[in-house]
Amino acid sequence: MKRRSRELRKLKDLLVKLCSMGAALTGIVFLFWILSEVAIRGGSALNWALVTETPPPPGGTGGGVAPAILGTVYMMALGALLGVPPGLLTGVYLSEFARGNRFGAIVRFMINMMMGVPSIIMGLFVYAVLVLTLGHFSGYAGGVALALLILPIVARTTEDMLALVPNTLRESALALGAARWRVTIGVVFRSAQSGLLTGVLLAVARVSGETAPLLFTSLNSPYWPQSLNQPTANLTTTIFNFAMSPYHSWQATAWGASLLITAAVLLVTILTRLMLQGSKR
Amino acid sequence: MNGSVAGQAAGATGEFAGRQRRQRLLDLGFKSLTQASATLVLACMAGILLSLLVRSWPSLQRFGAGFLWSSQWDPVTEEFGAAAAIFGSIVSTVIAMALAVPLGLAIALFLVELAPRPVSRLVSYAIELLAAIPSIIYGMWGLFVFAPFMGSHIEPALQSWLGFLPLFRGPPIGIGMLSAGVILALMILPFVSAVMRDVFGMVPAVLKEAAYGMGSTTWEVTRKVTVPFAVQGLVGAGFLGLARAIGETMAVTFVIGNSQSISASLFAPANTIPSTLANEFTEATTPLYLSALVELGLVLFLITFLIQLAAQFWLGRLARGRR
Repeated sequence: MKRRSRELRKLKDLLVKLCSMGAALTGIVFLFWILSEVAIRGGSALNWALVTETPPPPGGTGGGVAPAILGTVYMMALGALLGVPPGLLTGVYLSEFARGNRFGAIVRFMINMMMGVPSIIMGLFVYAVLVLTLGHFSGYAGGVALALLILPIVARTTEDMLALVPNTLRESALALGAARWRVTIGVVFRSAQSGLLTGVLLAVARVSGETAPLLFTSLNSPYWPQSLNQPTANLTTTIFNFAMSPYHSWQATAWGASLLITAAVLLVTILTRLMLQGSKR
Repeated sequence: MNGSVAGQAAGATGEFAGRQRRQRLLDLGFKSLTQASATLVLACMAGILLSLLVRSWPSLQRFGAGFLWSSQWDPVTEEFGAAAAIFGSIVSTVIAMALAVPLGLAIALFLVELAPRPVSRLVSYAIELLAAIPSIIYGMWGLFVFAPFMGSHIEPALQSWLGFLPLFRGPPIGIGMLSAGVILALMILPFVSAVMRDVFGMVPAVLKEAAYGMGSTTWEVTRKVTVPFAVQGLVGAGFLGLARAIGETMAVTFVIGNSQSISASLFAPANTIPSTLANEFTEATTPLYLSALVELGLVLFLITFLIQLAAQFWLGRLARGRR
């Protein structure tokens, strides 16, 4: 074997270590760069009107994104309502009834595929199925598109979380004569409780920042959402429209809205992480 | 007396049997319900493919396979070809991968091999936060902060050093393919580095310790033990990052410049499939225009599906090999 000098090897090692530290530093620098810009620019656009008033007319100053906040909350609620239960049930099916069966393997595979479908394609799908059939854009369509994104994430985390529950627990409950559904809901769910909750919250947080699926389902609107059966205002599309506009006042409003949504998403993410860590201990 | 006891017992067993039957029925209902949900997933995937096919049918009929390599995109004359958008998607994704894979590898190395545990946890946390930021925020930051920065600092510098390459010619305006690629890289970086970290974490400690025990440096252990052991998983991570990058919409739409053209210069405005959809969908007035846009969506769906398929197959084989 060829012998290399010790110094050279050590130098090479040091160099690689420095590069790798630099890479980690780069990631952190960009994180702080993005967050600080959002905080500074968004912070200067933050005022009471932003969260209580309707948007200003093109070029006008003042006003806010209150209808959009409400619309986002409505559509997220609808999305969670439609997406979480089938997600949970699919996860239950995979973990409790389909271990090692063929149909289960296909479903598991398809869930991974569905998680990889670009969110804009989900929007396009809902547009083709709901918007074209009903003949108009609506908040319902937006909610359905969000539900389609939530479903596979919840299904996947549910399966993972339920798989962590020891089989002995299931067996002892079954041996006491409990029926399968009772074992699942009363024992398995209960012991995986905090994991399931964090899974659902993380999925909702992640999807609430989505824009692409709403672009051609709920569209956007400057008005208060009266019903979900019409184009519905929402934060992310509002940011997109305002940021792309030539008006400085609208751009400032977009930054304010960006701060709101970033803060909300990061807060939920951090809190759920802390919760998960707390329950692990 | 005897009779009544027997009767009671019979009643009890009857009641018991009844309860058991009810429970069995409930069980069956519960199982069917979960099974129905699982079937819903399959129905969704089939529905996506089917609905996109149906809605893009007019365009499919009109342009045939030529849709894929015609670079004409003219809503006025109703001539549509996807080449420019496909080209833009591929180039921006290549830029993103070229930056994110080495960087992700280096970060994973830092997290697993170099950093003391508290530091590693903190950095992991920061990277995960980077992943949690909504893509529209990347877009905002890209449009108002990063693109001007690229236009005033990075692109002129690249031009003065590497201006002899056609890649770096043209006006450095910041909005264009290069900025889009860099922002995409940033968006998939957390994902890629997290998967790579987990892959590195799967390497048995005994193997690494044996190499360290023989006096290897950290780099030598990484290059000769960790990476060869984990190489399949690393490739899988790359595939997953690729699928994410190619479907990303908002961050790219803000900075790519929305121009249906194929240019050799990375500084030039371009378009990707998702950004074309985001920009033009609500403006599509004629049925053929709309149908052509849906066909673009179909192309994107098929591309991501194939990449995912490859990744799943690859990672599945890996998991079987381990067992």
